[in-house]
Amino acid sequence: MFKVKYFEIIRTTAVILIALAIAFLIISLVSDHPVKTIGIFLLEPLNSKAHIGNVIEMAIPLMFTGLAVSLLFRANMFNLGAEGIFYFSGVVTSVLAIHLTLSGSLHPVVAILAGSIVGALLSAIPGILKAKWNANELVTSLMFNNILFGIGLYLLNYHLRDAKAFANVSYKFEKTAQLSKIFQGTRIHTGLIIVLVLIVAAHLFLYKTKWGYELRMTGVNREFARYSGMKTAKVIILVHLIAGFIAGMGGSVEVLGMYNRFQWTSLPGYGLDGALVAMLAKNNPLSVIASALFLAYIRIGADLMARLSDVPSEMISIIQAVIILLISAEQFLKFWKNRMLLKEAKNA
Amino acid sequence: MQTALLEMRGITKVYPNGVVANKDVHFSLREGEIHAIAGENGAGKSTLMKIMFGMEEPSDGEIVIKGEKVKLQSPQDAIDRGIGMVHQHFMLVPSFTVAENMVLGMEPRKGVGINYAEAVRMTEETARKYNLAVNPKAKVEDLTVGMKQKVEILKALLRGAKILILDEPTAVLTPQETEELFRELKQLREQGHTIVFISHKLKEVKAICDRITIMRGGGSEGVFETRDVSEQEISRLMVGRDVVLKYDKDQMAYGKPVLTVDQLEVNDPQGKALLSKISFSVRQGQIVGIAGVEGNGQTQLIEALTGGLHGVSSSGTVQVNGTDIREADILGIRKLGVSYIPEDRMRQGSAGEASISDNLISTRYRSKDMNKGVFLNGSRIASLAASLVEEFRVRCSGPAQPIGMLSGGNMQKVVVARECSTGPQLLIAEQPTRGVDIGAAQFIHQKLLELRSENCAVLLVSADLNEILEISDTLLVMYEGQIVAYFEEPSKVSEEELGLYMLGINRQDERQTGRAINHV
Repeated sequence: MFKVKYFEIIRTTAVILIALAIAFLIISLVSDHPVKTIGIFLLEPLNSKAHIGNVIEMAIPLMFTGLAVSLLFRANMFNLGAEGIFYFSGVVTSVLAIHLTLSGSLHPVVAILAGSIVGALLSAIPGILKAKWNANELVTSLMFNNILFGIGLYLLNYHLRDAKAFANVSYKFEKTAQLSKIFQGTRIHTGLIIVLVLIVAAHLFLYKTKWGYELRMTGVNREFARYSGMKTAKVIILVHLIAGFIAGMGGSVEVLGMYNRFQWTSLPGYGLDGALVAMLAKNNPLSVIASALFLAYIRIGADLMARLSDVPSEMISIIQAVIILLISAEQFLKFWKNRMLLKEAKNA
Repeated sequence: MQTALLEMRGITKVYPNGVVANKDVHFSLREGEIHAIAGENGAGKSTLMKIMFGMEEPSDGEIVIKGEKVKLQSPQDAIDRGIGMVHQHFMLVPSFTVAENMVLGMEPRKGVGINYAEAVRMTEETARKYNLAVNPKAKVEDLTVGMKQKVEILKALLRGAKILILDEPTAVLTPQETEELFRELKQLREQGHTIVFISHKLKEVKAICDRITIMRGGGSEGVFETRDVSEQEISRLMVGRDVVLKYDKDQMAYGKPVLTVDQLEVNDPQGKALLSKISFSVRQGQIVGIAGVEGNGQTQLIEALTGGLHGVSSSGTVQVNGTDIREADILGIRKLGVSYIPEDRMRQGSAGEASISDNLISTRYRSKDMNKGVFLNGSRIASLAASLVEEFRVRCSGPAQPIGMLSGGNMQKVVVARECSTGPQLLIAEQPTRGVDIGAAQFIHQKLLELRSENCAVLLVSADLNEILEISDTLLVMYEGQIVAYFEEPSKVSEEELGLYMLGINRQDERQTGRAINHV
């Protein structure tokens, strides 16, 4: 079984390489200076402290949502509600960042916790619907994304909007609410520490506690979990609460870490990206770090490419699409695995 | 030397999860013979047949039919070449009539509709031709298991099958129905059909087959003329050593009743009785067997004992050590010391992608000694898993291997290990050795007997008559949701006698069956 064990890793690597190869192919067709453009895409994100900072800044929200979605996927819940919750918790946190007056470090803590708890409660609704009435969580969570976006946008337009600003943005946050930067010359904020702690905690929870064990067993075979005496409905609601809490915290941290006003007039997309991160990470909390960094890296690469060359950053959507397509295509490289299995069987 | 009608050469099949189901198997079929494929379950018989019927593609090897190399990519390819298969679990539409099932997928048409009269005529014609009486207008759901099987056989014949594969055809039949099936098969042979008969019941193989291919561990152990080998030799080849199907049971003095079921009645939502007037008890150190043709209320009874009565209309009492469990949930029942080996180890008994170790702790991960503060006690779990794997002789690469990669027998050993090692007061074992090899079955039987000598009460539900007559201390027979017979010395009951009760032809009066319950 030695080689087969590494099959998933090899497969994921192959998928990423193929996606990059396709990107290069397209770049060389579109660009007048393909070699230079590819160089920008691959190397520029790592070229300066500011650019590395950009990659990490972008990876922070991806880690939050990637972690939330990983836990849901682990419980075999195909829930994509992280998107709406990320957005709405950002709104909730903004309200508190604008209207609350609290001294120093307490302000962001209160604002973020409030956003996280609201996220957890909102996420529990599809969870309860699933656990009690077996309502498809994919459908309910996607509908919730729309509802939450609508309510959030309403709040921004009619209650938070700063008339003096030139765009559709909220009033300025209190200075006390904003998260502090931790590396000079970048905008990397304390959210990085929070998310890394969360990821380690989630890893311990999932693999080392009885609740995590219940979650994993429910995900692999709910019937088996029930038969063993687990209350699977409770497990499903619990994982929704946790995932909603994490996704909500992600939105709150992002708002307070990166901006001084609330300014999302469309869904920022981090929730759906979280699903991609989770898939690349094979739903393993610790692997979420690497896969979020990778995704952030190619995104920043594409941004820089758009700014410094003649290829638009939409390029990157193609890479993403290819990755998703190949990762979810279970048959991809199957023949190779089968041949490997056959060889091992014959040697055994 | 006859030339082979069908030959499979060097067949190897590796499933994506790494299970090697067949390894370099050679198989050849002569025209007009009944050819048995015998082997323990998990020996690769079913996989080989699925390959022959085009349901699975071999990873390696070739199939030759009448000297011509063929690739069977779907059952349709196989049907086109005159191969038919009767599956262990019937592939019939219950709400359709026999005739409708017969023509499914090849319906005679009349305009846009189905020509039902023609379907009935075709069914009757085929039935007459092969002398297999069926009523074309009867609904399949109203038929007995034996009749359903007949419909399946006719279905294959109607599609022009010259080679008929029967997968464990007698597993669901009573002894009387089995005899009838054998008569029919012999008749088909006389008409020039070739039959592949998959079984692990040696008596049957000896009774009906001309030749036998014996499989073990995914490979072929050779092909023999049936009359040249004794049952003893066949079983030795199947298991790789001598088998004794007798167990030394010492007489036990039964203790107090652990499970008491009194006047239990359960109705389905439409008010139809699923179980009526069920009364029996299982005492410490006693194995009570429940025999019966599948579908006569055994499943409902087990559900009633394992938390399935929650929110279902029922009356009577079900007590474990004096506590009524009709309203209890699964966890509550398990906490009373009840263990349960479910019939379906894939659906209920295990989590396929999870490790053996994860599968072993699913009923005890809450307990104090499996936890250390908020965390699970990893080293305690590891040592428990390692010792259970060793004690139950689970063949695996280690406790971290996903259970789904194990063979059926080893997977079942994991389930049995989990349920037997928590010191249960009552063990409910539902078909504990179905689909496992003889070696594993023996081992599981021994474990049940061990628990019995440790004063555990055991309720054994099984369709395997041999097993139930040999293991049980007392035996109940269920028919249509009722207990129709009670025997105190099962080993003195013959399979034929049991068959009469299972079919509902005989039944004891209430005075006799009433002895099954032991009031405290």
